[in-house]
Amino acid sequence: MRRHLPVLVTTAVFVAMFVACSLQYPNFASTRVVANLLTDNAFLGIVAVGMTFVIISGGIDLSVGSVIGFTTVFLAIAIEHLGWPPAVAFVVVLVLAALFGAGMGAVIHYLEMPPFIVTLAGMFLARGASFLMSTESIAINAPLYAEISSTVIRLPGGGRLTLIAILMLVVVLAGAVLLHATRFGANVYAPGGSRASTEMMGVRVGPATIRIYLLSSLLAGLSGIVFSLYTSSGYSLSAVGVELDAIAAVVIGGTLLTGGYGTVFGTFIGVLIQGLIQTYISFDGSLSSWWAKIATGLLLFAFIAFQQLSVGLSRRGRRMAGVTAP
Amino acid sequence: MTLRQPHSGVPQIIALLVILAVNWIVSPQFFDIRLQDGRLFGSLIDVLNRGAPVALLSIGMVLVIALRGIDLSVGAVMAICGAIAASLADSHSLPVTLAAALGVGLLCGLWNGILVAGLGIQPIVATLILMVAGRGIAQLITEGRIVTFTDPALAWIGGGSIVGVPAPVAITAVMLLVTLLLVRGTALGLMIEATGGNERASTLAGIGTRAMTIAVYVWCSLCAAMAGVIAAADILGADANNAGLWLELDAILAVVIGGTSLFGGRFSISLAVLGALIIQAMNTGILLSGYPPQFNLVVKAVVVMAVLLVQSPKLAGLSAALRRRAR
Amino acid sequence: MLPDVSAPPLLEIRGLSKSFGPVHALEGVDLTVRGGEIHALLGENGAGKSTLIKALTGIYSRDAGTVRLAGEAIAPATADEAVAAGIATVYQEVNLLPNLSVAQNLYLGRQPTRFGLVQRAEMRRRARDLLAGFGLSLDVDAPLGEYSVAVQSLVAIARAVDLSARVLILDEPTASLDANEVEVLFSVMRRLAARGIGIVFVTHFLDQVYAVCDRITVLRNGRLVGERETARLPRLELVHMMLGRELSEATHDRAPVVDEAKGPVVAAFQGIGKSGYLAPFDLTLRRGDVVGLAGLLGSGRTETVRLVFGAERADCGSVAVDGRPVRLTNPREAIRHGFGYCPEERKTEGIVAELTVRENIVLALQARRGILKPLARREQDEIARRFIRLLDIRPADPERPIGLLSGGNQQKVLLARWLATEPRLLILDEPTRGIDVGAHAEIIRLIRQLCAEGMALLVVSSELEEIAVYADEVAVLRDRAHVAMLAGADVSVPAILAAIAGETLRAA
Repeated sequence: MRRHLPVLVTTAVFVAMFVACSLQYPNFASTRVVANLLTDNAFLGIVAVGMTFVIISGGIDLSVGSVIGFTTVFLAIAIEHLGWPPAVAFVVVLVLAALFGAGMGAVIHYLEMPPFIVTLAGMFLARGASFLMSTESIAINAPLYAEISSTVIRLPGGGRLTLIAILMLVVVLAGAVLLHATRFGANVYAPGGSRASTEMMGVRVGPATIRIYLLSSLLAGLSGIVFSLYTSSGYSLSAVGVELDAIAAVVIGGTLLTGGYGTVFGTFIGVLIQGLIQTYISFDGSLSSWWAKIATGLLLFAFIAFQQLSVGLSRRGRRMAGVTAP
Repeated sequence: MTLRQPHSGVPQIIALLVILAVNWIVSPQFFDIRLQDGRLFGSLIDVLNRGAPVALLSIGMVLVIALRGIDLSVGAVMAICGAIAASLADSHSLPVTLAAALGVGLLCGLWNGILVAGLGIQPIVATLILMVAGRGIAQLITEGRIVTFTDPALAWIGGGSIVGVPAPVAITAVMLLVTLLLVRGTALGLMIEATGGNERASTLAGIGTRAMTIAVYVWCSLCAAMAGVIAAADILGADANNAGLWLELDAILAVVIGGTSLFGGRFSISLAVLGALIIQAMNTGILLSGYPPQFNLVVKAVVVMAVLLVQSPKLAGLSAALRRRAR
Repeated sequence: MLPDVSAPPLLEIRGLSKSFGPVHALEGVDLTVRGGEIHALLGENGAGKSTLIKALTGIYSRDAGTVRLAGEAIAPATADEAVAAGIATVYQEVNLLPNLSVAQNLYLGRQPTRFGLVQRAEMRRRARDLLAGFGLSLDVDAPLGEYSVAVQSLVAIARAVDLSARVLILDEPTASLDANEVEVLFSVMRRLAARGIGIVFVTHFLDQVYAVCDRITVLRNGRLVGERETARLPRLELVHMMLGRELSEATHDRAPVVDEAKGPVVAAFQGIGKSGYLAPFDLTLRRGDVVGLAGLLGSGRTETVRLVFGAERADCGSVAVDGRPVRLTNPREAIRHGFGYCPEERKTEGIVAELTVRENIVLALQARRGILKPLARREQDEIARRFIRLLDIRPADPERPIGLLSGGNQQKVLLARWLATEPRLLILDEPTRGIDVGAHAEIIRLIRQLCAEGMALLVVSSELEEIAVYADEVAVLRDRAHVAMLAGADVSVPAILAAIAGETLRAA
């Protein structure tokens, strides 16, 4: 069971927190709270799935927040100013995001540059590009937007499961299948363990790296679409710092920041934990929003220290079990 | 085999001169400097003054990077220390205020240093913790408001001047000199360059790398604390949300422009400060030319890529091969 | 049991050559491996074993020569092509992924899929079946890293064999295994050989060669020394083949030792050892004495000096410096007691490539003085110039980055680094490795001079003649243990060779 320990701990933390909140506030444990939790964190959940892939492969993507911002501005201008049908704008922006990610992946692999600095440049570029398009917050009034936000599944108990929440759940599910049940998924883990060994075992690291960053940017684009649906607007300053929230969610979800280990499910729980902290603070009313950042920081520290410890321990107790001299 | 030679600084100086020249073409009054109320004014002075916080950060950051580390938390540390200074300024004397702000900066550095050198956590991961939590701590101190103060003593740090030189510029210059003295006046510089260049060899040569690493992170945070105090003093208040936001990235960029490799080893503090001035000169130039300031980010992205391409070992190998073939 | 000699050889290498610039790494080497045999490939450092393996597996291109697999000429250009042709390699550093499950490691890149999804149950079943054939029953879902190195190498072998290997190259798979684990590995090797697979086994452990190998090929300095049947090759002769000394030549001896009064003891090590690293040993180092460490590659020589210098922490034993008990838990403490250490791995553990010759020379002295007492630039220049002149370091430019110097001159700079600290005990690990003949002689001259000046020296060297010339005592190592201590008149090449081969003439 040891290899599932990080995810189990994360899940246990989430359940314990949820139970504690429910005991304190009688109407906390309701489908309404759960549905809102999913809706409010839909964009974060989607982008965190992509970040999970990147971090497991041993990289990092600092550009995702900017890509979200770019996407919302692009959509607002395309739909409101240029009159594009939203669906066309969606497709175009996703293609742009994917190309952007593939470009970063190619630079990282072929020029052997640290992902940190390449995606940092990507972050500047995407944010700068959205500033150049518009510095105003532009409201999006397309009928499709209104339609999507009014489409909900009513849950017993008054919860309203929105389309974007459902989309996030679908992305989490698809991400889990892609990561855990395909050859591509295994190739994502491989370079996080050892790049040299991965190449020795005949896996082409280059194409895998490009696809990983492509996927991350693509999901950031999708997250941007969700964000614009959620806020019904486009703003170049939206989603500033989301890359940090995503990284925090991934780490709290039990993924090793140095790569090689992690799950999409853990990331999902990590996102929910962050959302739960926000929800608790808004329920409490007297607590201030900055406690969320401090709590996230503490959780980050706890999980990183826990990982450091368990990595050290697992180096010791290695098994010779199961070997029988024939 | 390609080896990086000691820094001449020529490319950086040329870059700065070119940018200044472009600024001059865009705005003919660029080099005009006038003395008003005992303080120098002018675009050039403005570049120095506005560039001071990032220059301060780069002084600490260059040492961290020379040891193959990185400190993502400097922006958050700026926010924390600025918040402390602003909150205490009106109720305490300046020495107490400064001691509190710098003391907390020191603790932040100690935290980072212990995580990196004591627990062996990757620098980028270790400093991420404070980067995330730090802004929350700063908001906790200011209780989410923009804390303003009126104490003229603290305000002087942001807006005052010494023999005409703006206080932030003077403080940064003093800090640069002190750091140069500490690093190049002792054997510390050699130890850092050796450890960043080859940690195993340095350990075998008897260098105590652990204490040195912690000290360097502490110094980096101390620089950030000072930058935070200056930023707060400048606007007569502390904005926990925006103080120092993204400045860690500017500081890293300044170090990289200054020719210090992200892979550690040889470093130059003066050139890192020059790098900070190059960034600020670009910012000011864009402002003067009438382009929207938003242009800054795109230009910065291009500069990051250009500098990295120049530093890329892969490209260096490629160009060497081409040169051989051409011969 | 020897395989049928009349059958065509499975792998036939003829006249293989490979040069790197002016260096001939391999010159006309032959290797013949028959199906079903375990073939030892032996040789000391620089013999060309790893070059041969890399040329065979497509990592290096070859300059000349032919490779035939079951009579068919092959020329793999990549590792993948070699695997496809049927040549698989398992390295000492297991090249698998510790973070992936055992099953994923076995089938990475070729997992059974349906509609793009990995059939996990099917993969698990196949993995269990495959491992069962090797006598392994593992939890195939567990990350590989949870298992010992021994199990990991067995999994690596299973993967290699499953990739349709006809020839399996095992490059020092036993270097970090204990006796039981080695036994398990051997039984797997025998089982594979019985299936008709040809195994090339690279190892430093002679006992293992005699335990499991049918035939032996020895390389030296990039050339073939010979191929023999294990059963007909006495150990002593094998050691001679590896170290390159004809029996007649080896009788050449050093000048008889004048029995002077022994100098005072600088450092005494008693029962120092570390489990899984090196068996406990005793060592006494005196003023003006040279103690040599001899043994085959991997026998524990470097391990000994690392324990002595505190670069590796001993888990038993005691150390006394000048008769007072001390603890050596890190290099700093050893340096404080006046030790110095020139490591074998110059590039990774010795030089700081981008720093100048001057900076590299003053590094250890400066570290000992502390950060707050910097050597003035004038002093640094003076020290650098002095040693550049003394050791004839070329080019004589103290401001040149050391990475641009030749190997021999880098070695001299490292010597200068320690001489500048005026050490009482200087440890040299292969001081003459990879440097040209001229520099070689100078370094030997220097060693003698240092010891005449009263320094204690501990020298690791593969050059037995050298050791026999300058050493007052020689500790001989075999299989990670000190097995003999030769002193005075007993220090001779034949005696060292005999001790290495395990046919001790006179154990001290």
